[in-house]
Amino acid sequence: MDKSQNNSRRSFLKVSSITGGGMMIGFSWLANLIPNEAFANAETAKEWIELTGFIKISPDNQITIFCPNPEFGQNVMTSLPMLIAEELEVDWSKVKVEAGDYDTPRFKRQFTGGSQSIRMGWQPLRKAGATAKLMLMQAAANEWNLPIAELSAANGMIHHKSSNKSIAYGSLAAAASKLPTPEKVSLKKNGDFSILGTPQKNVEGSKIVKGESLFTMDYKQEGMLIAMAIHPTAFGLKLKSFDATEALKMPGIKDIFEIKVYKDSFERGGFDTRTFNNLVVVVGNTTWEVMNARKRVITQWEPIQETKEMVNTWGSKKEETTPAGLESTDAHMKQMYDLQKKPGKILRKDGNPETAFANAKKTLERTYSAPFLPHNTMEPISCFAHITDEKALFVAPIQIPDMMKQNIMFNLDLSAEKIDIKLARMGGGFGRRAYGHYIIEAGLISKKMKAPIKLIYTREDDMTNGVYRPSYMVTYKAAIDTNNNVTAIHIKGGGIPESAIHQNRFPAGAFENYIAEGWDIKSNITIGAFRAPGSNFIASAEQSFLDELAETIGKDPIDYRIELLKKAKSNPVGKNNDYDADRYIGVLELVKQKSNWSTANNKNAKRGVAAYFCHNSYAAHVVDITMKNGQPVVENVVSALDCGLVVNPEGAKNMVEGAVVDGIGNALYGGLRFENGVPMQKNFNQYRMIRHKESPKKIDIHFVQNNVDPTGLGEPPFPPIFGALANALYKATGKRFYNQPFINDLNKS
Amino acid sequence: MSKMNLKVNGKKYEVDLDPSTPVLWVLRDHLNLIGTKYGCGVGSCGACTIHLNGRSLKSCQLPVSAVGVQEITTIEGLSENGEHPIQKAWLDVDVAQCGYCQTGQIMAAVSLLKSKPNPTDEDIDTFMTGNICRCGTYLRIKEAIKKAAKSSNK
Repeated sequence: MDKSQNNSRRSFLKVSSITGGGMMIGFSWLANLIPNEAFANAETAKEWIELTGFIKISPDNQITIFCPNPEFGQNVMTSLPMLIAEELEVDWSKVKVEAGDYDTPRFKRQFTGGSQSIRMGWQPLRKAGATAKLMLMQAAANEWNLPIAELSAANGMIHHKSSNKSIAYGSLAAAASKLPTPEKVSLKKNGDFSILGTPQKNVEGSKIVKGESLFTMDYKQEGMLIAMAIHPTAFGLKLKSFDATEALKMPGIKDIFEIKVYKDSFERGGFDTRTFNNLVVVVGNTTWEVMNARKRVITQWEPIQETKEMVNTWGSKKEETTPAGLESTDAHMKQMYDLQKKPGKILRKDGNPETAFANAKKTLERTYSAPFLPHNTMEPISCFAHITDEKALFVAPIQIPDMMKQNIMFNLDLSAEKIDIKLARMGGGFGRRAYGHYIIEAGLISKKMKAPIKLIYTREDDMTNGVYRPSYMVTYKAAIDTNNNVTAIHIKGGGIPESAIHQNRFPAGAFENYIAEGWDIKSNITIGAFRAPGSNFIASAEQSFLDELAETIGKDPIDYRIELLKKAKSNPVGKNNDYDADRYIGVLELVKQKSNWSTANNKNAKRGVAAYFCHNSYAAHVVDITMKNGQPVVENVVSALDCGLVVNPEGAKNMVEGAVVDGIGNALYGGLRFENGVPMQKNFNQYRMIRHKESPKKIDIHFVQNNVDPTGLGEPPFPPIFGALANALYKATGKRFYNQPFINDLNKS
Repeated sequence: MSKMNLKVNGKKYEVDLDPSTPVLWVLRDHLNLIGTKYGCGVGSCGACTIHLNGRSLKSCQLPVSAVGVQEITTIEGLSENGEHPIQKAWLDVDVAQCGYCQTGQIMAAVSLLKSKPNPTDEDIDTFMTGNICRCGTYLRIKEAIKKAAKSSNK
């Protein structure tokens, strides 16, 4: 035991009795973190979480942990309750986990994203478990009239060794709930765990394989109607008029009307997208009837005008311009290439890169690009709403319920106490479900219909009314002197509508002369967070460039990275370098060893390496491929991760495997093309997703063994897989791949 | 609208609806069997996979009028309590991430094992290629199928 923890803030824990005896312990996960800690780095500031949850101990000794964190496949419903169970000293196999609802005042704030759940939950969740245990021990001490120091807790029981007495938590819970909350609790030392670090299976696995109702799409209520919305056919268009005469005659149709999603006076936050703010809504009895009637609605669209509005992101207000016009991918590419020729905004400069380039014997300059990406969650966007005079019930797949609540109150004219949001398991998230416009849409429809409704996006709606990963371009340039030393690095790039450059990340800090510049291009295409925002592109470019640079100066790609990191550690250039060189080297060394990188036949292998650090964890991959009929077959991927202590090795491995498959799929095939504002792919028969036969044959995952406090895995393994694949493709084909998706250039060769 | 009789998971149902309605929506909207999922509606993702007379197919592409006397099996009818060898293997291997596509994957896998009790990797890749998993659990699905094949062949 160590790390005495103060329950300093009253708001952290709330203990209460439950009817029939028992104990309920509520906790606010982040209330005891000082704000500076939570906002320690810029990446976290945008994506941090604050969550509250509940532990319930019933008289029959049933321990229930309510996990308030929305689950979208990252397996937090298993891993987060494990943190509580460890300190609570209960038998994990007997713990019942349930999803909490967004239900004020029980759960005060909820936000999920940025791979922060485990990192942010680490201290407060264990503290909640330890506090509950201590109160149960105190209750036992009072009951037996014994000093608490003579008691111990294990498997949901309190024991007194010398008298061989035992009592179950359930029998103590009622008494414990009336005790004062202890000021201080002790937590176990990292490494002294019995549940944490052991592989545990998904707590909802059984419901999933039986097809039980878990998702919003599955939610039903008596009298519920189905609603679908018609949005403009292109970005840059808005609704002019519609004629529903024929559609209204179709069987099962209840009503067809226009909704305006956000009010004009609504101050947008960073997660409020209103690209298509006026929609035509079709409401009917069944999905098929609504789908059919929707085709009969005649709509007319007109061009949007340029708009300027203030967007309030985490308290900082910025004017955002949405230009008019119908945008196309080909024109975007030209615009981006044009801006690459002009000076950008200087983001960071170390030393004198101009002189270094002027004196260079040779330079290596490469430009990389990537398209817009739709999230394509398997469960398309949906939301249930039932608004009556008394209550507004939502069943929603949403990552940011608390922020949505403000939005709901304003745009649906509802008071806070009426709103009840039930958080359904999400059929994938990847960032898409942080943008909850569909909740307002559903609410408006229910209000108008005075009935429970479920808004369903078809796959086409989902793909063409998306919140896409931006399109990016970046140029890396290296100055090389007569001794084959790299004397300067120049990075310039941008995106539509934002740049992906992280100027303080590696290789910043490893070069005396370094410059990073950025630019952006305004667009009316909606963009937003997509698994490891920004990193998911820049890692690919950076890691491909370092590979080519190492080759140019005759060095092994892993050794060269390690050499640079050692330099950045012993003699860092500049300030604010945003990585721990030792942990970076750690994953590179581990992947080198586990992939047998140094063996004699390595030279002939068609393999590529890449490493990256983002969202507080380190990842490196070695990808081995062969070519079959001109297409890559991924034979093996070796992955090395450093996310500190691994809370649930089973879930962690699954997450890394998923990121590897997702990365390979997006690198090879991903990309949404636009022509005159129209997304050219609308469904899975046009948009290529990675499938069984393209999945790697083997993924071999290794974690750096250390006792560092844990960090997340939802995003970190994703960005470096793109670069590792590009570098392997080079070995297999002799061609470098600069433009995603790689399949385009692959099929040209 | 027309009245039709359906046999789903061994039970008889009478429905009165547009005969062009895909079986997917009959199951979900009319019979409240929501284990069969909507993913694309164009037969390209496999989330809606069911069995028709024991063979897997995509229910979003099957108009209810084409069913006739053929028997429909959905995930709800695969086993009483999720104890089908494939479902058990799925839990053993801890396949799911978000879980949305998994019922479709399971229905396809059951059908595969019927025609090929000992599938090779290539058999699995070919047969399962119509089922997308956006979370990328393909390797675990393969492992679970092999595990189920092994346990069934004992």
